[in-house]
Amino acid sequence: MWLINSSIGRKLVMSITGVFLVLFLLFHSIMNIVVIISPEGYNAICATLGANWYAIAGTSVLAAGFVIHIIYAFYLTYQNKVARGAEAYAVAGTQEGVSWASKNMVPLGGVILGFLVLHMYNFWFKMQFAELTGIHTGSFDPANGAAFVTELFSNKLYCALYIVWLVALWFHLTHGIWSALQTTGLNNKVWLPRVKTISNIISTIVILMFMAIPLYFLIGCGASC
Amino acid sequence: MEKSINVTLKVWRQAGPKVKGAFETYKLNNVSTDSSFLEMMDQLNEQLISERKEPVVFDHDCREGICGMCSMFINGHPHGPDGEITTCQLHMRMFKDGETITVEPWRSAAFPVIKDLMVDRGAYDKIIQAGGYVNVNTGGVPDANAIPISKIDADEAMDAASCIGCGACAAACKNGSAMLFVAAKVSQLALLPQGRVEGAARAKAMVAKMDELGFGNCTNTGACEAECPKNVSISHIARLNREFICAKLSD
Repeated sequence: MWLINSSIGRKLVMSITGVFLVLFLLFHSIMNIVVIISPEGYNAICATLGANWYAIAGTSVLAAGFVIHIIYAFYLTYQNKVARGAEAYAVAGTQEGVSWASKNMVPLGGVILGFLVLHMYNFWFKMQFAELTGIHTGSFDPANGAAFVTELFSNKLYCALYIVWLVALWFHLTHGIWSALQTTGLNNKVWLPRVKTISNIISTIVILMFMAIPLYFLIGCGASC
Repeated sequence: MEKSINVTLKVWRQAGPKVKGAFETYKLNNVSTDSSFLEMMDQLNEQLISERKEPVVFDHDCREGICGMCSMFINGHPHGPDGEITTCQLHMRMFKDGETITVEPWRSAAFPVIKDLMVDRGAYDKIIQAGGYVNVNTGGVPDANAIPISKIDADEAMDAASCIGCGACAAACKNGSAMLFVAAKVSQLALLPQGRVEGAARAKAMVAKMDELGFGNCTNTGACEAECPKNVSISHIARLNREFICAKLSD
């Protein structure tokens, strides 16, 4: 199977799952913005998604996307470590045009994964999981997303943690998006700088939309504005 | 204006492929700033011979930047700190008086050290043997004007063909990937009519050989392009990916 046995095949799996996860982030960030505009509207989205069959199907595909992306990341990293050889360079220079993010995708991915587990516990476990199993996990009704958001972000430490997480995600995306296009072959000499710029713009839009929520609560707008 | 400098060299010495290597430090005085890096290495070897020590083994051939034979990882960069040149084109004016210069061999699992700074880059030859050529099927000669080639394609093919196969890309890559080399070799043929015919088979054969020889997976850091003495663009890697994926999908 060339998607496992060939280097380009493995990278293709990374890029396709990566693009899929970026599309999910776009959807997720747009949905999140609603909590600022209208908490009632946000709760309506939460109720629509909830534990319906389509939301569960979507969540399963999404989880599979994450799992494949992470398994392949470890597999590729292991192979690359072996390919680099046993002896490391005594002096390793830095090159112009090589982004810091591109050299640290795995550590950045690790940070993102760590926070993702925390995030799943704080929201998914108390919302979709609670609704699915019927067990009582949070202090509010599982569909009352706005209440969960307000509760979590009333804690300033959580706001700060989420901002750190989003910064790591921003770095991961700035390299990930253009790299995915390069791997699928959708790039050339003319489009190379354009693809990199598009990647930076998409990453920044997604992250700013996500960051708006902890910032909104951090400056104290959650209760009064 | 000619000037002389004194340098300290930290050179990797390794007696053979299976022997453990280590750095040796040598002091070298009165090095002309007009001399090339390889001339400085010759000067070091003359000094070592006069001291009845074994000279440092390093690869070199044309000494004018076209054969791709010289290697050496100098102060953290393949072909040294200067850009778009090979080691033989690097001059001692790039270094300061009293500077310590660290010289290492290419380090990649697919490029085992033969001795000191010389590595076995036969892996690149094996990749070329796997498909980096055009099978000449002779027949009637077509009229040259019947096959127009755009200036853009011709230029791209020439840019790819400037690759000298020195191995700096794999040496610079944090993943030990040879993608820039393979991409250049696939591109230079795929862009022109003679090579286009076998494009799909060539991409598959060369990538399979590259993977088999233990090169890593490309993660698009771009370090290869930054260190390439011929400035081969990573846009060729996108073309290789496209060629390979299309070939596999049409199987």
